[in-house]
Amino acid sequence: MADNPNPDMDVFEPVKPPKKKGIKRRFFLIGSALLVGGGAFGLYWGDSSAAARAKSLTETGNDHNFLSWMKIAEDDTVTIYSPHIDFGQGSHTALAQMLADELDADWAKVRVEQAPADVAFANTALGKGFLAEMSGAPGVINALPTAIISMIARSMPLQITGGSSAIRYTGQVGMRTVGAAVRLALVAEAADRLGVPESELTTADSKVIHAKSGKSLRYGELAAGAAQRSLPGSPALKNPKDFKLIGKPIPRMDIPAKVDGSALYGIDFSLPDMRVATIAAAPARGGKLVSVDEKPALGVAGVEKVVKLDDAVIVVAKRYWQAHKGLQALSPRFSDGGHNGVSSDSIHAAQQSLRKTGKPENEGGEGDVDAAFGAPGAKPVTADYRVPFLHHAMMEPFALTGHYKDGKLTLWGGLQDPLTTRARAAKAAGLDMDAVVFHPMLMGGGFGRRFPDKTEIVDQVALLAKQVPYPVKLVWSREEEVRHGTYRPQSSAQLKAAMGKDGKIAAWRTDYVQSGDAEAETSFIYAIPATSRRHFAYQSNQNDGPWRSVNSTQMGFYNESFIDELAHAAGEDPYQFRRKHLPEGSRHRAVLDMVAKRSGWGSALPEGTGRGIAIVESFGTIVAEVIEASVREDGSPRVLKAWAVVDCGTTVNPLNAEAQIAGGIIMGLSSAIGEEITLDKGAVVQSNFNDYDLLKLADAPPMIDVHFIESGAKMGGIGEPGVPPASPALANALFAATGKRIRTLPLRTQATA
Amino acid sequence: MAIDFKVNGKQVSVDVEADTPLLWVLREELEMTGTKFGCGIAACGACSVHVDGAITRSCSVPVSDISGKSVTTIEGLKSADGTLHRVQQAWIDAQVPQCGYCQSGQIMAAVALIEATGTPSDSQIDEAMTNICRCGTYPRIRKAIIAATGQAASAQQGDA
Repeated sequence: MADNPNPDMDVFEPVKPPKKKGIKRRFFLIGSALLVGGGAFGLYWGDSSAAARAKSLTETGNDHNFLSWMKIAEDDTVTIYSPHIDFGQGSHTALAQMLADELDADWAKVRVEQAPADVAFANTALGKGFLAEMSGAPGVINALPTAIISMIARSMPLQITGGSSAIRYTGQVGMRTVGAAVRLALVAEAADRLGVPESELTTADSKVIHAKSGKSLRYGELAAGAAQRSLPGSPALKNPKDFKLIGKPIPRMDIPAKVDGSALYGIDFSLPDMRVATIAAAPARGGKLVSVDEKPALGVAGVEKVVKLDDAVIVVAKRYWQAHKGLQALSPRFSDGGHNGVSSDSIHAAQQSLRKTGKPENEGGEGDVDAAFGAPGAKPVTADYRVPFLHHAMMEPFALTGHYKDGKLTLWGGLQDPLTTRARAAKAAGLDMDAVVFHPMLMGGGFGRRFPDKTEIVDQVALLAKQVPYPVKLVWSREEEVRHGTYRPQSSAQLKAAMGKDGKIAAWRTDYVQSGDAEAETSFIYAIPATSRRHFAYQSNQNDGPWRSVNSTQMGFYNESFIDELAHAAGEDPYQFRRKHLPEGSRHRAVLDMVAKRSGWGSALPEGTGRGIAIVESFGTIVAEVIEASVREDGSPRVLKAWAVVDCGTTVNPLNAEAQIAGGIIMGLSSAIGEEITLDKGAVVQSNFNDYDLLKLADAPPMIDVHFIESGAKMGGIGEPGVPPASPALANALFAATGKRIRTLPLRTQATA
Repeated sequence: MAIDFKVNGKQVSVDVEADTPLLWVLREELEMTGTKFGCGIAACGACSVHVDGAITRSCSVPVSDISGKSVTTIEGLKSADGTLHRVQQAWIDAQVPQCGYCQSGQIMAAVALIEATGTPSDSQIDEAMTNICRCGTYPRIRKAIIAATGQAASAQQGDA
């Protein structure tokens, strides 16, 4: 937590991240949840000031707030406050399922709302999960008093959504515990009212029932009294066999408003006297605005103002089209920040040179790789891989409304971390955090782009709003969005391996060059005596960001392409070859076997069609995929079918989990086939969806078979892990179909046989 | 200049510059925000509406071209009593949307396809449904279109 986004707040730092530079705030994106599970946890209820604040922010007169996480109205409506943003991953419904199940609530009367961007709603459960992952030592975390955990959560500030964390931390630790504790308070209240022992009471459908007398009390009737009771910190949780909602394919609550146009996204927000603005930032990241003649824009009908920022120019008008035309009329001069020589090829050349002559920043692995490579008779093989910058392409371009009035800044929009957004806006505007209010709105996708330390639009709006007397909505054009992304980094790698006399891999080395260290995120799953993963740190002029499943996409492509190459070199079946390197009885082997079985691995295929397999563990979830593909005459791949087998421990909502995995496969295939951001003179070459090529329906596999193994293991994430196996599985399928190995993405037309 | 046309059966008159795209007139003048801005170059389809029944990417049509015509948007698909269009209902039944941002356009494209073909084949769906969905809801879009037209899913359609 080195770069605290809010200097006004103390970040409590009891446990240092274990090692290495370059991890910092992104460290929590690693996959292995060490803490969650087993039910041996408690939540700290005792922060009375936060609870009182939450009550004042949410109660409307006929309802009662519990612990800031939920409230019960007198008509039995249960409102659950999610500290996570839902940008399409369906976590709001799943989180509500978890709380409502433990509460024994009537699902028809359960609502879920975004928690206000206020520290009273900061997320203790997430704090605990993060800290456990950071320290790598759950014992240390469990030894900390819950009061300290609570304080950390409130000061971090933790309303972030990322790392596929919502369900496995907030849901498992927070939502279920709250539901169970509130249920006990309702039972205790009913026991007093009915004058019967608690042991004679049961709960169902938002009622406490006394079977002996036939009497029952509704939760709405009990809420006022129950809200006065103290709650147990570690209530017993349900045995999974008693789940009524968890694990069930419940329709998502947000979908009806998304089919009739009524759902309001950040870009849809409007105020009566609001103006609309649009922006052009320096084409080369790092460049500055040198000069701009404002007059041509001011001559466009509706344009009211031109605002100059350090590195951008903004045009403010009554309407978007006027602002757009005003911006088009300008000829701003930008400096190149000294990056005129930066291109995709120059980056690749620099990466190659760094890998050959530089020193690794970090090395992970075990055993003596060099000794194995040098052993008599060892014949190491190598292969070089390369992947490009990738754009997030969230369908809703960035849009944020700001209004600065009487020393206060109010913001409306869709961003991933409401509390950090406030902190960032306060810093940019030179205000106290208390002087900034943020109203989170629905987001049209994110995929990592709305990550709090990547949202320069917050700074832009904070600076813009202070210069105008009216509310103003800043809307990025798609061109701005494509050219000023925080891309998945351009990365390259050399992989090297040697086979042992036993027909198994004796040593494996992955040397990869990119900005971020991937060691903490990517689980290397194969049992090989000597392994080494060396990170060579290379930073271009771009602001690299997390892209759905973060480093697991490129690391998955490298590892799963290379092991395929080794299998073919050994003359073995790629499935069987992987299998023999996975421990007997392991979850990984079970997942791999199941995907082979479901896909009919090994059965005959038509001439020109091939099958590829890949398995990647990320964010605590193991996913194996098989892709069946052929090649069109122009050399482009045709994906025919896809299978995925997933072990994320337990699925909360299978209907939604399946959609997340299928969507992840399509995003993985899209990136593998056609997506590429390239640089020239330090600036992005692509501009819009005409030259940034996203997969469309006709090219998506018409059949995606998703199967979950309910292993009951520690819960893993679901939003991200479907992505990484897709690109290597496709490249492997194309090799099977054509005999041509593709080591550079995107594939595009490389697959010509 | 004043431009008159119909939106969802109602006569409207707007006073905007003639080159303003229909999309921005719908969103900003008429405050109907169900039609979305995605790319501005007719590449993604998030802004799809029907103009005299034809599927149209409203970001790239000047409103002056719409004078005297009839526009249907996502807000106009429901019947007068509030009943959802069968395609909207199929979208809920198949749980299609994730982030949902592109889905107004997807639904408008699907309605136009079904009105033109009755029961579209897989290849007609491939050809007509060119709107971009970054969440990757394509398999469920296909499934919903097939369900909305009373067709049984073929072996090609999976569970997704």
